[in-house]
Amino acid sequence: MSNKPTPRVRVPANAKKDEIIEIKTLISHEMESGQRRSADGKTIPRKIIHTFTAAFNGKVFFEATWHPSVSANPYQSMFFRASQSGEFAFSWKDDDGSVYESKAKLTVA
Amino acid sequence: MAQRAAQTRRETLIAGMASFAAAAIAPSLAFADAAAVEAEIKKLYGDKKAEAGKIKLDVPQIAENGLVVPINVEVESPMTAADHVKSVHVFADGNPLPGIVSYKFTPESGRAAASARMRLAQTQNIVCIAEMADGKLFTAKSEVKVTIGGCGG
Repeated sequence: MSNKPTPRVRVPANAKKDEIIEIKTLISHEMESGQRRSADGKTIPRKIIHTFTAAFNGKVFFEATWHPSVSANPYQSMFFRASQSGEFAFSWKDDDGSVYESKAKLTVA
Repeated sequence: MAQRAAQTRRETLIAGMASFAAAAIAPSLAFADAAAVEAEIKKLYGDKKAEAGKIKLDVPQIAENGLVVPINVEVESPMTAADHVKSVHVFADGNPLPGIVSYKFTPESGRAAASARMRLAQTQNIVCIAEMADGKLFTAKSEVKVTIGGCGG
C-alpha cells in the first residue's frame, strides 16, 4: 500500500451550544509495526503514524499517541463540546515526517 | 472440563492445529509481560498508587482476529476546567511492545472517551491508567482472549 494516506473524518456540520458531539476519523495507512519480517528474513522497518491531534479554532482539544500495536488504517473517535462556530483541524504525523491534514466546519446554533 | 469433553473430534483437531501454529511462530518474538507494563507506568507516574474505578474499559472478551480489536475507553468525569481527565494510557502485557495508545484530553473534549482499533499478538491483559486534573490515578484491567494473533509472525 504505497498510496498516499487519505484521511476521512465524520463530524456533524451543526450542533447546539454545549452539545457534546462525537467525531470519528479514519486514515488509510499500513502502520508497519517494525516487528514483521520480509520473506528473506529482514525486519521491515517501522513506519507508523505516531501522533494524531484534533484542534478547534487553532486550539488542540484531543491528542492521541499511537504505538505500533495500533491496527492498520487507524480509526480514532473522540468527543467535543460545541461552544461556538468554527473549524476543526485534524492532523496525523507520520514516522517519515509527513503530516496529513483534514479540516471540517462546525456551525453552532 | 465438561466443555472440553463436549468438543467434537473436528473442533479438537482444529484447536490443536491452531495451538501448534501459534507455538511455531511465538518463539521468534520477544514479548512484553506484566512487569514491562508496570515499568512503563512507573516511568510515567513513579510509585504513585492508582485506585480502581471510574474507567470503563470496553474490549471484547474474545477477539477472533488479533489484527483488529476494538477498544473503547471512557473515564467518568464532569470535564470542567477544575475537574477533568488529563490523560489516559493503554498498555498490553503480551505484545512485543507494551504501549498501545495514549490520549490527552482537555475540558473542551466534553467526554473523556475515545475508541480505536488495536493489534493483539496473543491472549493478554489490557491495562488502562487515567490521570485526573487533581493528579489522582485510576486504573482498569481486562483480559482479551485472542483466537488468531495479529503480529504477522
